[in-house]
Amino acid sequence: MLSKKARSRIVILTFLLALAAAVVYGVLKSLEENVVYFFSPTELYNKEDISFNKKIRVGGLVKEGSINNDQTSVNFIVTDLNNEIIVSYKGSLPNLFSEGKGVVAEGKLKDKKYFIADKILAKHDENYMPPEVSKILKKTKE
Amino acid sequence: MLKNFFPNKILSFSNKLFSFLIVLMLLFVFVGLIYALFLSPPDFTQGDSVRIMYVHVPASFIALGCFGFMGIASICALIFKIKILPLMAKSLAPVGSVFALVSIVTGSLWGKPTWGTWWAWDARLTSMLILFIFYIAYISVWKFVDNYEKANRVTSIIAIIGSLNLPVIKYSVDWWNTLHQTSSITLTSAPTIHYTMLIPLIIMLIGTILYTLIVFLMRYKTEIMKFKLDKRNKEN
Repeated sequence: MLSKKARSRIVILTFLLALAAAVVYGVLKSLEENVVYFFSPTELYNKEDISFNKKIRVGGLVKEGSINNDQTSVNFIVTDLNNEIIVSYKGSLPNLFSEGKGVVAEGKLKDKKYFIADKILAKHDENYMPPEVSKILKKTKE
Repeated sequence: MLKNFFPNKILSFSNKLFSFLIVLMLLFVFVGLIYALFLSPPDFTQGDSVRIMYVHVPASFIALGCFGFMGIASICALIFKIKILPLMAKSLAPVGSVFALVSIVTGSLWGKPTWGTWWAWDARLTSMLILFIFYIAYISVWKFVDNYEKANRVTSIIAIIGSLNLPVIKYSVDWWNTLHQTSSITLTSAPTIHYTMLIPLIIMLIGTILYTLIVFLMRYKTEIMKFKLDKRNKEN
């Protein structure tokens, strides 16, 4: 069924594709820092080459009960259930920003425990359900 | 089955069968939209913004699927030298590229009220944009290169290299931290989308697939006729 020509073409193509895939992999791996959209609090904690002047993003969940509004700014804690970081932000928050939900904060690190954000994005998770179902779920959890 | 796409068979593709496909597509899209826009529930977090998902997800699916087909067709054309395969790939590109654009635009419209931004350079969005650029490159080469064999060779390479981007798009949300959420429907675990939303989504997906099939068939017929005409003109 496979002619000699076809067979040799398959071999060459497979080799070239494997090579191309390896190149893509190598490029993505080396660009990793720029491909990730944000660091989790744990990743920030473990990061060695931290610079306190570079603009970075931290993402995770807003810790329950951590949102604090004072006169000028809002403070809250971003957690990935392993480590936490305090974020301080001046400005308007997106509608979906709330406790227990995902958030991505863009800004600068003051130190390893304190982040000053100039932009807040709400991160939506992969769960979709009607409000009634969510109420039932909440009741069964309690 | 591939024989059905050969010139003789495809040009005699009955009009009745074609009309049937169109009616079926309209049925699915109509029912799907009624459910998507009115009968399905709002989401407990994002409210009615979720309704964009009923267009965004099928569009993304088609955008990736079409390019996947184009990649496979290009590889098989290079190996087995089947003449109709480049024409099939060429016929898929326009509809695939439109759905890639629809995916990006609807995603943007959804992102502003949900995330708080129209765009973010995360892995999912960026790789989708790259896919759209590959589509444009593919279509442009066919359009602007006069020599068929040359255009065929270059577009095949574009389709094959671009196909390497497809697993990146699909798994970007799993491999890296992204703003875009992870998949709600996977092969290995239960869906994290409630059935009252999943069913309209599937209806819309089937309708979109039918639409893509119809547009593809229309274009493919035209490409076959053009190809035959060009061949005859060259021989004269």
